[in-house]
Amino acid sequence: MVDITKTSKTSLGWLFKMAWRDGKASWKKLTLFMASIVLGIAAVVSIQSFSYNLKNNIALQSKAIMGSDFKIDTDKTPNENLLHIIDSLGGANAQEISFSSMAIFPNKASSKFVQVRGIKGDFPFYGTLETEPKSSAYNYQKKETALVDATVMLQLGLNVGDTIKIGKTKLNIGGALKSIPGSSSLFSAIAPPVVIPYSYIEKSGLVQIGSRLDYEFYFVAKPETDFEYLDNILDDKLDTVDADLDIHTSTSRRLGRRYNNFAKFINLVAFIALLLGCIGIASAVHIYIKEKLRSVAILKCIGASKKQTFLIYLIQIVFIGLLGGVLGTSLGIILQQLFPIILEGLLPVDVEITLAPQAIIMGLLLGLFMSVLFALYPLIGTIYISPLQALRIQENNNSNTKIGGLLILSAIFIFIFIFAYWLLKDLKYALGFLIGLIVTFSILGGIANGLMKLIKKFFPHSWGFIARTSLLNLFRPQNQTLILIVTIGVGTFLISTLYFSKNILLSQASIESKTDNANMILLDIQNNQNEAVTNTILKNNHPVISSIPIVTMSIHSISGRTVNEIRQDSTSTIRGWVLSHEFRVSYRDSLTSSETVSSGVFTPNAKPNSIIPISISDNFAENAKVTIGDKITFNVQGVLMNTEIGSIRTVDWSQMQVNFNVLFPKGVLEKAPQFKVLSTYVPNEKASAYLQQELVTMFPNISILDLRQLLSVIEKLLNKIGWIINFMAFFSILTGIVVLIGTLRNSKHQRVRESVILRTLGAKKNQILKIVALEYTFLAIIGSLTGILLSLISSQLLALLVFKAPFLPSIVPFVILLPGITLLVLIIGVSNSRSVITKTPLEVLRKEKG
Amino acid sequence: MVKILNVKNLEKTYFSGSKSLNILKDISFSVEAQETFAIVGPSGSGKTTLLGLCAGLDRPNSGVLELCGTDISKLSEDQRAKLRNEKVGFIFQDFQLLPTLTALENVAVPLELQGDKKAIVNATSLLEKVGLGNRLDHYPSQLSGGEQQRVALARAFSNKPDILFADEPTGNLDTETGDKVINLLFDLNKEIGTTLVIVTHNIELAQKTNHILKLKGGSVVENIKLT
Repeated sequence: MVDITKTSKTSLGWLFKMAWRDGKASWKKLTLFMASIVLGIAAVVSIQSFSYNLKNNIALQSKAIMGSDFKIDTDKTPNENLLHIIDSLGGANAQEISFSSMAIFPNKASSKFVQVRGIKGDFPFYGTLETEPKSSAYNYQKKETALVDATVMLQLGLNVGDTIKIGKTKLNIGGALKSIPGSSSLFSAIAPPVVIPYSYIEKSGLVQIGSRLDYEFYFVAKPETDFEYLDNILDDKLDTVDADLDIHTSTSRRLGRRYNNFAKFINLVAFIALLLGCIGIASAVHIYIKEKLRSVAILKCIGASKKQTFLIYLIQIVFIGLLGGVLGTSLGIILQQLFPIILEGLLPVDVEITLAPQAIIMGLLLGLFMSVLFALYPLIGTIYISPLQALRIQENNNSNTKIGGLLILSAIFIFIFIFAYWLLKDLKYALGFLIGLIVTFSILGGIANGLMKLIKKFFPHSWGFIARTSLLNLFRPQNQTLILIVTIGVGTFLISTLYFSKNILLSQASIESKTDNANMILLDIQNNQNEAVTNTILKNNHPVISSIPIVTMSIHSISGRTVNEIRQDSTSTIRGWVLSHEFRVSYRDSLTSSETVSSGVFTPNAKPNSIIPISISDNFAENAKVTIGDKITFNVQGVLMNTEIGSIRTVDWSQMQVNFNVLFPKGVLEKAPQFKVLSTYVPNEKASAYLQQELVTMFPNISILDLRQLLSVIEKLLNKIGWIINFMAFFSILTGIVVLIGTLRNSKHQRVRESVILRTLGAKKNQILKIVALEYTFLAIIGSLTGILLSLISSQLLALLVFKAPFLPSIVPFVILLPGITLLVLIIGVSNSRSVITKTPLEVLRKEKG
Repeated sequence: MVKILNVKNLEKTYFSGSKSLNILKDISFSVEAQETFAIVGPSGSGKTTLLGLCAGLDRPNSGVLELCGTDISKLSEDQRAKLRNEKVGFIFQDFQLLPTLTALENVAVPLELQGDKKAIVNATSLLEKVGLGNRLDHYPSQLSGGEQQRVALARAFSNKPDILFADEPTGNLDTETGDKVINLLFDLNKEIGTTLVIVTHNIELAQKTNHILKLKGGSVVENIKLT
């Protein structure tokens, strides 16, 4: 007698053996399935481990970035109270005054806009002051020489011993400055640093009203210093004297944040690449298992249990997942080596690439986890298939499959949510992505099902044989309409969303250079210099394109409460800087392209004898806690001016324009002491050098920004960002294409048998090709068009909620992606049927049966 | 004689949406150990369904179905699988070999499922017995129809089954090859002492057995014992 209470037990070894036997004959079908895992994981691992390395390097080098343990900085001349606080900390170990100015190099008859840093003390205490010759880093203060940015030295052909003139002071160049803590390579590209002894700052004569100076006091802390405690006790005190405490760790945090939007995008890319990979797995395994169901039924017939048959295929998936994880992680590690090369000059630190254990473990686990999870849905089909199917085909509508399917689907959604949260670190975004995906899947699924019903209901019986057969293929049993429309649709949706996001991000960083074609901006022109500067420009036959007046002022009272009263009110939430800031205010009768009124009404001209209606930026409104109708009194260099907030503007600060927090209407400030910002257009480098030379000699306080140089520097940086964005986007698109190829290759078996029967019955090659081509074209157009249309909605939401930038719809996905994907589907689909045409029907049938 | 298969008042109905299809109606018969038994009838008479139920591939809606002394209508799918593995052998009309396994591996699987350490050796000798000693590493797609059915025969006898179910074993073969396969089937059956239940259209083949059950429209119309 058989003991039927026990089910058959074979060793795990046999299950592995069976998995291997079956897998080795099917490896070709599983290669593309693995490729989609590999690409998805490579994207995640490379991005995650690079972020890890970047964060680590910033944290490790935070002291070296600042050059000290902490610093106190202010943009006001330090008063007694501030100096008292500094003394109470045992005095600063080093001191610095910095400002931007034009530097003249008389030996070369050239000038350059530079960042002058006057330093006293042995700064830096961490990191290195790297110079050529090396000795000049130690003796520039003693020898009273200047250290000039090495790139500038090279550009202008300067040598050690040449003269540099800053304002009224002249120094010899003691060495070429290669690196110094506190100067980022991005800013250095715009205003290269020049280090001079502290005492020469005063001598330059540039320390005067209207100058924008930064005072920094550097400290070296004792090892036991509790920075958090220090921050707590100093923060409020420093706020009252308009100074800030900056601790090296917060610098590293701030630097990390600077890359936030960029990081958001590349994480989105990784997420999309991985999702595409998951779709690849789900669709490939779905078709793979469908083909295996007959084998499962046979195995069950000869005595294999549900568990055994399930495990045989699960082992295959686990193995492929692990292998995909290993390959994907390795590829990711190789890829991340490229990032520092591509991003050179964009990053604040030299990123030393090390293996990021978290990303590697994540890559390996992800390969396994996503393979199993996304394969489970088709895999449970093996549990519920009846062995009777070895004798006859039977529709599998077991309700157990449905419950199991629902459970797996829930697990998949939870996985996507957790993973999105892990990548994006934001619950709201993660939930948004999940809902977006569910909606997309539902819409695509709905469209596929609706389409099938529609064609069935309104079937065009009068059409020709080819068109009728193609349409029949779309809804009859064994059709691939649902799976292909969903796969093509979701793939196109993700790729198109990526394309739009890329555009949003790149346009955000673009330079507005079309408005007036100015390519040179002159800053800090005092009122009494205005006429002479204008005449000099005109005399050289250059136009004065714009002249922006700037009046400095500070806040006296907000809604009737003076600044001092507000400061003493411990419940006030108004930000400290608003109360002490010296605002640079302009007046005009129109808005620029980087401004939009978000509330209230902009008043171009002030009416006499009525309160002045001003316009403020939205971040000023938020910081000062004011809104439309609130009254602010400004102290305009001794004169009090009562104003009322008439409008609040949203200002795009990322645009390359002179923007203002506070804007007055015309007719009020014209007589106030002011300086100007002028812009002009110079046709070439020679004319630019000549004009700069002339202006700087006459007016040493004026700073000149040669936008041609600046534009080319920024363009280079933007190109780098664009390059990496395009590269990553390409990565996702590649994954999408691999998924598509995989799905179509796997679906080939659905059509080959029918094509062979048709051929046997006398159909011509041409007719078969046309039938197949029409079916795939139809599916591709419906899938990709729906995907692109849905991406328009998702991109609009991304622009609004994530990137906070305007959405720029584009026709490109419609003219490139739609035909591109359709063509790709068509080529793969038709090439799948090639074997039907090139081989005899019998040959194909035998092979397919095998 | 011992009854190896006992069927009483068997009913089977399939449901498709709201429609039901009564395939087998009140079937009763029994098969004695080592007997050769044929189920014959026109297409759609329920032969294959009856074979599947007897072999424990599905459960009846009502009635008693005892296989090797066990009421299989009360067993779970996995328990029936174990019973099939240890007591039952199968031969299908379209061979039903696992396409991704070689001939040798196909024959070895039932033995391996029993935990037989000598599965490969035994499978090799069985394949040699059916004349395929030189085709061990061939995949089903590389074998002719007759060869595939011989592999299926070797697989069916590999676990020395008490009862062997054959569904139209010659249905996909030409007369000559079909005859060879049938001779081999009866030889092996005699050698191992298995009970043989064959579903067939082939009257000649049915007459080679000891017992013929005729079905029509899902009911038994004749139950003839020949010897």
